[in-house]
Amino acid sequence: MARRVTARRIWVSTAAAWLFGFLIFLPILWMVLTSFKTELEAFSMPPKFLLFHWTTENYVTVQERSDYLHHAVNSLLIAGGSTLIAMIIAIPAAWSMAFAPTQRTKDILLWMLSTKMMPSVGVLVPIYLIFRDFGLLDRRAGLVMILCLGNLPIVIWMLFTYFKEIPKDILEAARMDGATIGRELVYVLTPMAVPGLASTLLLNFILAWNEAFWTLNLSTSDAAPLTVFIASYSSPEGLFWAKLSAASTLAIAPIIILGWFTQRQLVRGLTFGAVK
Amino acid sequence: MATQQTQVLGRALLTPAVALLFIWMIVPLVMTIYFSTLHYSLLDAEAWRFVGLENFRYFLTDPAFLTALRNTLVLVGSVLAITILLGTPLALLLDQQVVGRSIVRLMVIAPFFVMPTVSALVWKNLLMHPVSGLFAWIATLVGATPIDWFNDAPLLAVILIVAWQWLPFATLILLTALQSQDEEQKEAAEMDGASALSTFIYLTLPHLARPITVVILIETIFLLTVFAEIFVTTGGGPGLQTTNIAFLIYSQALIQYDVGNASAGGLVAVVIANIVAFFLVRIVGRNLEA
Amino acid sequence: MKHVLGVLLGAATLLGTAPSIAQTTLTIATVNNGDMIRMQALTNEFTAKNPDISVKWVTLEENVLRQRVTTDIATKGGQFDVLTIGTYEVPIWAKKNWLVPLDNLGADYDTADLLPKIRDAVSASGKLYAAPFYGESSMVMYRTDLFEKAGLTMPEKPTWDFVIDAAKKLTDKSAGVYGICLRGKAGWGENMAFLTAMSNSFGARWFDEKWEPQFDKPEWKKTLSTYVDLMKAAGPPGASSNGFNENLALFNSGKCAMWIDATVAASFVTNPKDSRVADKVGFALAPNAGLGKNANWLWAWNLAIPAGSKKTVAAEKFIAWATSKDYTKLVASKEGWANVPPGTRTSLYQNPEYLKVAPFAKLTLASIDAADPNKPTVQPVPYVGVQYAAIPEFQGIGTAVGQQFSAALSGSSTVDAALAAAQSATEREMKRAGYIK
Repeated sequence: MARRVTARRIWVSTAAAWLFGFLIFLPILWMVLTSFKTELEAFSMPPKFLLFHWTTENYVTVQERSDYLHHAVNSLLIAGGSTLIAMIIAIPAAWSMAFAPTQRTKDILLWMLSTKMMPSVGVLVPIYLIFRDFGLLDRRAGLVMILCLGNLPIVIWMLFTYFKEIPKDILEAARMDGATIGRELVYVLTPMAVPGLASTLLLNFILAWNEAFWTLNLSTSDAAPLTVFIASYSSPEGLFWAKLSAASTLAIAPIIILGWFTQRQLVRGLTFGAVK
Repeated sequence: MATQQTQVLGRALLTPAVALLFIWMIVPLVMTIYFSTLHYSLLDAEAWRFVGLENFRYFLTDPAFLTALRNTLVLVGSVLAITILLGTPLALLLDQQVVGRSIVRLMVIAPFFVMPTVSALVWKNLLMHPVSGLFAWIATLVGATPIDWFNDAPLLAVILIVAWQWLPFATLILLTALQSQDEEQKEAAEMDGASALSTFIYLTLPHLARPITVVILIETIFLLTVFAEIFVTTGGGPGLQTTNIAFLIYSQALIQYDVGNASAGGLVAVVIANIVAFFLVRIVGRNLEA
Repeated sequence: MKHVLGVLLGAATLLGTAPSIAQTTLTIATVNNGDMIRMQALTNEFTAKNPDISVKWVTLEENVLRQRVTTDIATKGGQFDVLTIGTYEVPIWAKKNWLVPLDNLGADYDTADLLPKIRDAVSASGKLYAAPFYGESSMVMYRTDLFEKAGLTMPEKPTWDFVIDAAKKLTDKSAGVYGICLRGKAGWGENMAFLTAMSNSFGARWFDEKWEPQFDKPEWKKTLSTYVDLMKAAGPPGASSNGFNENLALFNSGKCAMWIDATVAASFVTNPKDSRVADKVGFALAPNAGLGKNANWLWAWNLAIPAGSKKTVAAEKFIAWATSKDYTKLVASKEGWANVPPGTRTSLYQNPEYLKVAPFAKLTLASIDAADPNKPTVQPVPYVGVQYAAIPEFQGIGTAVGQQFSAALSGSSTVDAALAAAQSATEREMKRAGYIK
């Protein structure tokens, strides 16, 4: 591990990395700064970077107008619920494809992925009618279901690629010791797969959190998550950029904070079978 | 290899997922196929009637269709190219010893957490606005005329926004792969006097072939249906310059409320997606064999 | 302990447990425009008077709202009890029996007080199908200081020639001042609202009496080339993605000498909290070309009840409250007369307190009066609507045509090519819908 790295090289890489990181982060940073400006300053030219009149009035306005917590809790329940259910369905399926593959496994996998390529808007009316008839409109259960199914192919794919990397010898050794397949799954495989499970969980949570088509079209108020909250700020009459920035900051804050604490797990397991 | 027992169990375990996905796909698909043969407008639902393949003819002869198809491919191709070409050096950089790496890493992956709607709104109004955007200000600082993004280069503007969102994903996957690279091999190469460049070309790049394949595959799935970014920024215009297939179907389904035509369009999109998937698998699929 | 209980209760309400008293909960879908947000903030005043009714708001951006509400009403999803819809939707939906006629708005509602033009727009066969919340036309807003500096005087009824000439004179690109800001963002309610109203003043029309599209006629060519030339010479950069909001922001930050847009903007541009030019704005009627029609539109946002709603009584109570004279007074007492929803009632324009703080009131009323949805342009037309044609297909056609025109504005297409494409797209759509063979 001990590669000889000169101090100069570290500083050069550090400077470059920070520069790139900053550039990529700039849009988000700018949005957060704008959220603390007044509407007039948000539009001012030349732009003001830090020396403006800092205010939290936008956040107050946003909170007065909409119940942020209600939407945030919905987002959490919907994204969390759909991810968990997807995991429960996907783990056995991925196990089966990884350890008991048949000739059709690869076809099934690709077919699953291809279900994701249909533009959602093309099936909006059929889905809306089904939801109406089953009383699922504006219900969290309905959204959990649809997001779960939407992300299932990706979950299965990720887990499959991850399981495949687990050396078969270990499983066989466990089997020699008389472990049943159920025990093998629970006691041998799962612990080994924790990094993969964790990153799958996180990635799909993020995807579900950010899903903005179904959540917007199938929820009204009770089940409305943060995407609906954002849609009420996106283009009102009047100056709106500072308020929009405040609402946007609120909407992405939980997920960014989650990302901050879990980035190690996310990075470690995010391989999609790309690493041998 | 696998025993009889595992085979049976395997099938049993796989069934729920396959069955669910099958229902998820087949029920709307059957309904969509059915609707696609009807003259069925939501605004005039009583007047529906069977019209056979008329909707398909209408959708495919739409002068917007070929443009939309071209835009879809350009969008997918460009975003893939940008994310991989920028993601690789970025991943290499993050693989180095860097002071405050976890902070830099978070800044780099942050765009991935942002909802597409939000990022489109921020880019359009706060950054790319030709009068009050940050880019316009930077352009005037260096004495240039601000670029009028959504007027003069709308598709490029959309591509940049989408690429910004997906760059973290590519970087992350590539970074994970780099971190698993055999350090000793690299060191040995360096000892032998290999330049950093040739180490990169002969050792690192082949190692990255698989992750790049994965990036292409996963991103393509999502990029084929890019919608929110276009809806928020350009609404498919000016003209048809940023209309992709997903947006074209949207304009049928939710501006025109023409369910029949939108269903036909949705089916056409599925066929296109499968063609793309077919080629994708042929071209890059080999890399995915275990 | 109490604290924990409170948190638990809060969590329980968050999770949507049913309230214990028998209550009617109204779900109200509305647009996120300033006046509606104010209404949302005043909900407590309504529920205090009607303790058996509680209200849930769904406030969405206009396009998203329209697609949600339309999908829901067309599939009879039953998600909403009160809808906010435009004058475009009301006649179409009323004809389909998708709306409940508002017969019980109460004795003191005073339907006769509604502005006749607006009342007609939301009525079908003599019945009110929606109650107007605010109404608008369009007019010229201009910078009095810039006009004075250039030695120009805005007439009360400007012609296009004058506007074009003034716009060119007032443009000072190096100072970031543009002679005129107009809508360019594609959409039937965005650039096409403006361009259709403008085309009326040039004598153009969407369809002739037999529903044949008219984009191949010289009137449309005159309209579009005038618009494109004017914007090239005196418009701001990025005009093809500017809608109402973008232009409002530009005007408020002092970058436009003139802006022709909705009359409701008048209260925003004269509000010193949001506008840098609040004390330097003048108003005039929308321009004309001497053909007897001004380039102004007519629009109102209205509250309506979807057919099949089980909460009609409560919903009607709410609508009566939100569109009443008392509501106007309530807003005036809380936020001042300048912020009351305009353009729906005659009495407002006779109220001296309102006239005192709203310098734009007279011209708003005159503009609304000057628009005639039944006879929008010089030649006869088979449709109703000033800046739209009230047929279901118009949203799609209008947006497609809007795309072509915004391409002409951005320079990626020529005026002739855009008109030809608009003509063929409209013909295609009208044939499919069975209007023409």
